[in-house]
Amino acid sequence: MHIDLNMIWFGLVGILFTGYAILDGFDLGVGALHLLTKTDDERRIMLNSIGPVWDGNEVWLVTGGGALFAAFPSVYATVFSGFYLAIFLLLFALIFRAVAIEFRSKQPMKWWRTMWDISFSVGSIFSSFLIGVVLGNVAWGIPLTADHEYAGNFLSLLHPYALLIGLTTVALFMMHGAIYAVMKTEGALHDKISSWVNNAIIFFIICYATATMATLLYVPHMTVYFKQHPVLFTLAFVNMLAIANIPREIQKGRDFFAFLSSCAAVITLMAIFGIGVFPNMVVSNPNPEYSLTIYNSASSAKTLKIMLNIALMGIPLVLAYTVSIYWIFRGKVKLDKMSY
Amino acid sequence: MDLLILSRIQFAFTVAFHYIYPPLTIGLGVILVMMEALYLATKNSLYQQMAKFWTRIFALTFAIGVATGIVMEFEFGTNWATYSRYVGDIFGSALAAEGIFAFFLESGFLAILLFGWDKVGPRMHFFSTLMVALGAHFSAVWIVVANSWQQTPAGFHIVGEGVNARAEVTDFWMMVFNPSSMDRLAHTLMGAWQAGAFLVLSVSAYYLLKRKYVDFAKTSMKIGLIVAVIASVLQLVTGHSSAVGVSKNQPAKLAAMEGHFTTGPGALHLFGAVNEKKQKVDGGIQLPGMLSYFIYADATKPVMGLDQFPKNDRPPLNFTYQMFHGMVLIGLVLIGLSLLGVLFWWRGMLFTNSWLLHIFVWSVLGPQFANQLGWFAAEVGRQPWIVYGLLRTSDALSKTVTTNMVLASLIMFSIIYFLLFAVFVFLLDQKIKHGPAEEEHEFSRHYA
Repeated sequence: MHIDLNMIWFGLVGILFTGYAILDGFDLGVGALHLLTKTDDERRIMLNSIGPVWDGNEVWLVTGGGALFAAFPSVYATVFSGFYLAIFLLLFALIFRAVAIEFRSKQPMKWWRTMWDISFSVGSIFSSFLIGVVLGNVAWGIPLTADHEYAGNFLSLLHPYALLIGLTTVALFMMHGAIYAVMKTEGALHDKISSWVNNAIIFFIICYATATMATLLYVPHMTVYFKQHPVLFTLAFVNMLAIANIPREIQKGRDFFAFLSSCAAVITLMAIFGIGVFPNMVVSNPNPEYSLTIYNSASSAKTLKIMLNIALMGIPLVLAYTVSIYWIFRGKVKLDKMSY
Repeated sequence: MDLLILSRIQFAFTVAFHYIYPPLTIGLGVILVMMEALYLATKNSLYQQMAKFWTRIFALTFAIGVATGIVMEFEFGTNWATYSRYVGDIFGSALAAEGIFAFFLESGFLAILLFGWDKVGPRMHFFSTLMVALGAHFSAVWIVVANSWQQTPAGFHIVGEGVNARAEVTDFWMMVFNPSSMDRLAHTLMGAWQAGAFLVLSVSAYYLLKRKYVDFAKTSMKIGLIVAVIASVLQLVTGHSSAVGVSKNQPAKLAAMEGHFTTGPGALHLFGAVNEKKQKVDGGIQLPGMLSYFIYADATKPVMGLDQFPKNDRPPLNFTYQMFHGMVLIGLVLIGLSLLGVLFWWRGMLFTNSWLLHIFVWSVLGPQFANQLGWFAAEVGRQPWIVYGLLRTSDALSKTVTTNMVLASLIMFSIIYFLLFAVFVFLLDQKIKHGPAEEEHEFSRHYA
């Protein structure tokens, strides 16, 4: 297979959104579980487990959006204008959750803290759900015109398959977040969250299995590339192994390896999604000939090349910052004066 | 109301609200770097206390800046899809570069700045603060480059026709260093430094008037005043060169900014109102020839007037005029205020003169208003173009988005941003009243 610039950019945008799913995935998941903890200290530990990193994690979404805008402007324009209300609901949820983290512990009143706890948790669940709904629609396909403009409305985005992918995303992030929280906590809270991990895995597996069946039955275009390249089934297999490995590592007390397994599960899921869609970026359903592909939606070759240079310069730096920050803030959360 | 107006109102509202915060993080970033450098050099714990206090204020503005900034990143696609297709190659590249080079740097090291005092040494902490400030400046670089390309497009060619027309990059560096980007970047950054510096001045003056945390306030005030005076005086230079650039590159905007109708030697107005019917500026004080003098250093040279532009190529005149004049007026007041501060400092009366301190308390609003008015002048003065001379704002909308959808999102934004702003002001006030002592978490009991 000849690899061209468009494919490289499809991969790079995929990497940015995968980075987002791994990183913001766990802090959205921590948010989704937040209300299950009861005492103020527990909630502060939950918040501070993601405190130093959540805004860096959201940068992956911002940069992914920027990269999509630069490399595939038609996809950016069609998806964001087509999903208008859904995108704004997602933004409102992300805003509430972001400021809730910052505001919550700034005042001692119980009503104040409870209010922001709820904002944080509901915002996290709702954001995860909407991200899943958008992904579900991209997989299912949306009605496009010959000019690649969205031809449906807001309600037509909320079909059962998209809602199912939304739910699956919430479940995935809850599992991922629970494992992260296990890794960052100690004592009674650690044991409590550990006991949630199995439930979270079961919840996720049920959603995942249902979503997979639905995809095989009703979204056949997602399977075409896998049928043509059977070797890619390895991804599905690795994905299952990674998920199966999580309870094993938790049992052995190796929380960090459990988290790595969970990351591997997220990465393989994103890869399966990307390969399923490829070489389309947005499938038109009906009228597949109007689909946005990595070719008809892309910027000029010159722009892709310039941006590739920028990415090659930037990505090592980004990885260096990310790794150092996680290294500096490794270990269990301790509350101190600068904590949230 | 029609779709175009609503979409413009929504963009203006969300970006103006967002722009309360980034200038504060840029300006406070510089001041934090100075405070930590002084701490490293002197080991005087007062500087560390100052750095920690201003970091708490910084964190508050940063969080809202991030939350409202994500909206901006997505809004080009949601409301201006045709524009996005047209400029994706260029505008998108700048936004992506901003993400990769600025946001990761800023948000990564921010973790150390906020939570790293006990995790890393003072040198590493200083380095992190420096990187956060640098990241904030980089982000200004890319966003001003992107916006300046809309004002003075360069380094591109147009491919395709009609609905399929798009701008493609031919020369990346010409695109980055387009004719207005460096002038406007300098002007924007100094405006941001002013925003941070006058906030520090304001809070310090408040403490001095209350006779609280006096040492802390005096030292903060000196640092704030140094940055304020440098930035304010430099605004004369950057503002002047920006205006000269506008006269060359966007003559219709300059003519609107000064209400200059007839091509010929241009007058300068201190204030007034543009009368479109009579084609002149009503009221105010007029300085004949001064506009020509400022631009060409020759009071008799002709300046292109609005008569050179058909009516449908002119920006809204009085609005642009008032925004521009408001900005200039506030800018001049800020220069005067900061110089006055230096004079009083030299005379040893800076910390005791009650009326000056009272003015300083309110001065924080000056840069905020000047920054907003300046951007309104720049963006409204560019109309009716979204990309100057190439694409009209009215042709740039999303084709699938309806008036009701924009109305719905605009109402939601109004409610949410109003709440956010109220909480921000409340918390800022609490933090300022709490003062530089470290914050304790006394609250810790069972909920449920």
